[in-house]
Amino acid sequence: MVATLIPPIEMDVIYERPTALSPVHTHYCPGCTHGIAHRLLAECLDELGLREQTVLIAPVGCSVFIYNYFEVDSCVAPHGRAPAVATGVKRVLPDRIVVTYQGDGDLVSIGAGEVLHAAARGERITTVFINNAVYGMTGGQMAPTTLPGQKTTSSPAGRDIRMTGNPIRMSEVIAQLGGAVYVVRRSLHDVANIRKAKKAILTALKVQMAGLGFSLVELLSTCPTNWGMSPPEAMEWVERHMVPVFPLGDFKVTDAVKDL
Amino acid sequence: MTSGTIVIDQERCKGCGLCPTVCPQHVIHLLDDQLNARGYHPAALVDPEGHCTGCGICAVICPDVCITVYREARAARRPVMA
Repeated sequence: MVATLIPPIEMDVIYERPTALSPVHTHYCPGCTHGIAHRLLAECLDELGLREQTVLIAPVGCSVFIYNYFEVDSCVAPHGRAPAVATGVKRVLPDRIVVTYQGDGDLVSIGAGEVLHAAARGERITTVFINNAVYGMTGGQMAPTTLPGQKTTSSPAGRDIRMTGNPIRMSEVIAQLGGAVYVVRRSLHDVANIRKAKKAILTALKVQMAGLGFSLVELLSTCPTNWGMSPPEAMEWVERHMVPVFPLGDFKVTDAVKDL
Repeated sequence: MTSGTIVIDQERCKGCGLCPTVCPQHVIHLLDDQLNARGYHPAALVDPEGHCTGCGICAVICPDVCITVYREARAARRPVMA
């Protein structure tokens, strides 16, 4: 039995749980960076005062239960179709802030068409794209973002690019499309990068508030369970192996976004 | 001299071990001899000499949002996630 600590009330609270996050346990594995991404999004919604007007579109994948974890209105889309559902919600309720939260199996594989066309149409929605290079929920199979040579349950000898192709850098692809106005890649592997990721999510939400167009924030994430690593090892693996393949940076920031 | 402290919600903690790796003062440890209700070894602040500054770096990396950060009033000028 773990002893309960008494809060030191004589001190100022510097950081506490954001109110946009529900006070529940998440089902994520220990050390999964989905928790960090959830927290950053919740903090941004709190800071911008958007909690009451946000509609969150859940994907299929580990984050499918996101409606249990956020104190906002939400809706689950069929696999990969979150940008299509978000398009409908945003067009019917244009005063809402519509956010899709999708993994790489959802967004780059089965949902590649939906997100590309939503970006090309310049839908005024925000996508948070979690890239951890595997299909996490189904047991760590190879995804379109799996690194060359990376071992997964469906590529036990490592991804063979002659047989299965190369990883898709989706942010760079989406940045080519006219309707996308803010497309960046950040990482969640250390504290400095987590802070940069939060600023990117904040900017992406402001882009939508200003009605400028499609915004996407890709976050390099870990999957310690399916990678077969401890959480600190997985963080190091992101820095050492994923960042060279998926370089961090701003792929599209239009002048209107810079003026925000 | 303590200038800050943290409170870890140990029932929510999954013992992932990320906060001990980032703590600049090395005052967070996993309790290897204790289990919470979910069967994880929770993290704990082990800081008898009061080295914690309330910098909040542990709260930035915690995936389960179980850390609340406190700092003495006169030192509380810079928010953690500015």
